[in-house]
Amino acid sequence: MTTTETKLFQTETEELISGSEAIAIACALADVDVITAYPIRPYDTVMQYVSKLKADGAFDCDFIVAESEHSQFEIVKHASAVGARTFCGSSGVGWFYAMEAITVTAGLRLPVVAMVGNRALDDPGAFGVEHNDALAVRDLGWMLAWVATAQEALDMALLAYRVAEDPRVFLPFAVSCDGSFLTHSQALVKVPDMKKVQRFLPPYNRGKMQLHPDNPITIAPQVNEDWLMEIRRQTNEAMLRAMEVIPEAYADFKRVFGRGDPSPFIEEYMMDDAEIVLVGMGTLAMPVRVAIRRMREQGKKVGFLRVKFFRPFATEEIKQALSHCKGIGVIDRDYSYGSPSFGGVLYNELRAALYPLESRPLILSFIAGLGGREVMVRDVNEVVDTVQRAVDTGVIEKENTWIAVRE
Amino acid sequence: MATVAVEVVYRGIYQKTLARNIVRSIVFAARKEGKIGTAFGRYGDSPERNGIPAKQFAIVADSPEELEENLAVYQAQEVDVTINVDDTMCKGIESWAWYGLEPINKLTKSGGTIIVTSRQQADALVEDIHQRSEPYNLAIVPATVSFSGLWVYKDDHTDARLLGALCKVCPQLVSLESMVAALREQGMNELKVVSAQKSYDRITQRPVEPGEGSTEIPFSFELPGWKKMEEGLVIRGIAQGGGFRGGELGYEPVRNETFKKWSTRSMRPVVNFETCIKCTLCWLQCPDTCFDVTPDGLYDANMESCCGCGVCDAVCPVPNCITMVNEAEFNDNNSQWEAWQKDPASYKQWMTTLTEKQNAGEERSHGFHHVGGYAEQIAKMGDS
Repeated sequence: MTTTETKLFQTETEELISGSEAIAIACALADVDVITAYPIRPYDTVMQYVSKLKADGAFDCDFIVAESEHSQFEIVKHASAVGARTFCGSSGVGWFYAMEAITVTAGLRLPVVAMVGNRALDDPGAFGVEHNDALAVRDLGWMLAWVATAQEALDMALLAYRVAEDPRVFLPFAVSCDGSFLTHSQALVKVPDMKKVQRFLPPYNRGKMQLHPDNPITIAPQVNEDWLMEIRRQTNEAMLRAMEVIPEAYADFKRVFGRGDPSPFIEEYMMDDAEIVLVGMGTLAMPVRVAIRRMREQGKKVGFLRVKFFRPFATEEIKQALSHCKGIGVIDRDYSYGSPSFGGVLYNELRAALYPLESRPLILSFIAGLGGREVMVRDVNEVVDTVQRAVDTGVIEKENTWIAVRE
Repeated sequence: MATVAVEVVYRGIYQKTLARNIVRSIVFAARKEGKIGTAFGRYGDSPERNGIPAKQFAIVADSPEELEENLAVYQAQEVDVTINVDDTMCKGIESWAWYGLEPINKLTKSGGTIIVTSRQQADALVEDIHQRSEPYNLAIVPATVSFSGLWVYKDDHTDARLLGALCKVCPQLVSLESMVAALREQGMNELKVVSAQKSYDRITQRPVEPGEGSTEIPFSFELPGWKKMEEGLVIRGIAQGGGFRGGELGYEPVRNETFKKWSTRSMRPVVNFETCIKCTLCWLQCPDTCFDVTPDGLYDANMESCCGCGVCDAVCPVPNCITMVNEAEFNDNNSQWEAWQKDPASYKQWMTTLTEKQNAGEERSHGFHHVGGYAEQIAKMGDS
């Protein structure tokens, strides 16, 4: 709605910033119209940086501090319906408090972009990272991605707007950032210039779905059983189309900005000849990569597959990537009490995805790093050793192992 | 006997408790004979909305397996008996889900029976009911239609009388003895038991032959598939209206073609165009925008969209200019203003006859709107 000429972002710069700051800068680069905020750690760092950027004149937006997370997400939902580009976010139980608004945002096909600063759910009160907060929307029509670095946070936020606002998709997008490790750690980040961003990201145009006096429509009706299934089917199709739009947008991203992985959905690390593959999401990547490099030095054929997009889940690509290994260790920074094998959420998704394979690799679940507990290189070694034992003996002694938990 | 199904078609709020009492008593009575049954309301209905046609069902079977067989189809496809507790619904019903207009005999089996509470004669009701190719029977329990509120129940024996009649028209369901035992067991007093027995003795059935009845084609529409529906839960607004019935003057709003509410109506406004002072209040206050503004600045209620709420009557400042009249008196949804234009004298006569009958007749309550309303009505009813 508002476009301001600013002196900032005229040229590409390199900045030392945290993941939260990177997301805030992405908001400025995307010239977001309406931003709502309500403080909760670790997400609140984003609102601090956004308000500073606005105060510095980096961009203009309506910055609304709501009286609760529920209102925060309601406001962006409505703003998005009238055609505003929006941003908000939360963490832990704050995200849960907004859940009603979060649910209807997807139901109404509104391309809100949110940052989830992953945080353990209360009780007990804890600031550290767990992925259960963001995972709560996995079935609701939200696209859901995890990033590993501040650079990726900035890039993913820009990609999020491009994909969410694509008329073939029109679904909300949550960018998940591990609390502390990403939200509060600064790294060198390439901040692109505004012109490039504008080339990559067209203005949000809701077209005939926009609430506007010149386009008299009503949205969000009450319906009966004779309508709902068709509506759910439409949302499902939108998510299916997102599977095509994401690679298309990512190819464009790489063309305009000159960086990016081969795949938008996953990152493959030393996977080519890997017999044992670890799988995980978010900042876990760092200790895992270090551990793998050391093991490779010892001749162990170990690789790492980082899932970037949890929704939509790149089933075929992941199946392809894992079809040749012998054993898989999924490291979940989440829990799912009472789930199949009492495994983590990612583990169970992955096990389901691999089921159709003719020769299935052994797959084991590891719960690690809950509540912000650091995942150490030695923990990764333990995971690999456990998977190796299963591969050597052909027997999975225990499908689920909690790593580095005091007995 | 396999399975016997009964539906009770009732109006939301006003008759919710009545319908529930009937279906529950059926199951209790069947239990007396060692049968098994279930009673439930159609979930897609919205019985907590004034006057909306809704349904309750009672299904009775000899064995749990037979019952399950029947319940595998949640929405009954056919019933042995249809009980209609408001005769105005003989014109057809549209539930809150707005599936289009359903004839009252839609689910009644070939050779089955419709029991209606009514002051009308059978022939007059047959005129209202949509014709069909299978025969059925019509039985009338002569009664003023029983309306009450959501939290109060008018114990005027309508339930007992209908249940007595039901035992007669559908002997394979339960015997009168079992029904009486069930009524007593539920704590109904002996006067109600007598009402049930009398109704059993007196009820008669009038066979309705194929092709008899209203020739109106019930309003219907096609539900679109997901590929055709607009995305994002968008519903297009309706265009602005124009001149009265295609003319230059006056005003007529455009109305939603798939959203007609008239079967919710149990009374309709009758307008005296000669005393109307054109104050606009009825037009302004109607919650359903059902008044069309005529070229001469009068207000003609469109009977496809009027749900009979009576707000127009309540806000009209001229005494007797708008009178709410029992819907049972009407056989069409035609324009009153056009009839008046054509022949003011006959219109006046028609209107006067209707309104006088209405004012002199038994009260047709829209529920109880103030504390003590129930007591007032009971006092008026006298001993019966």
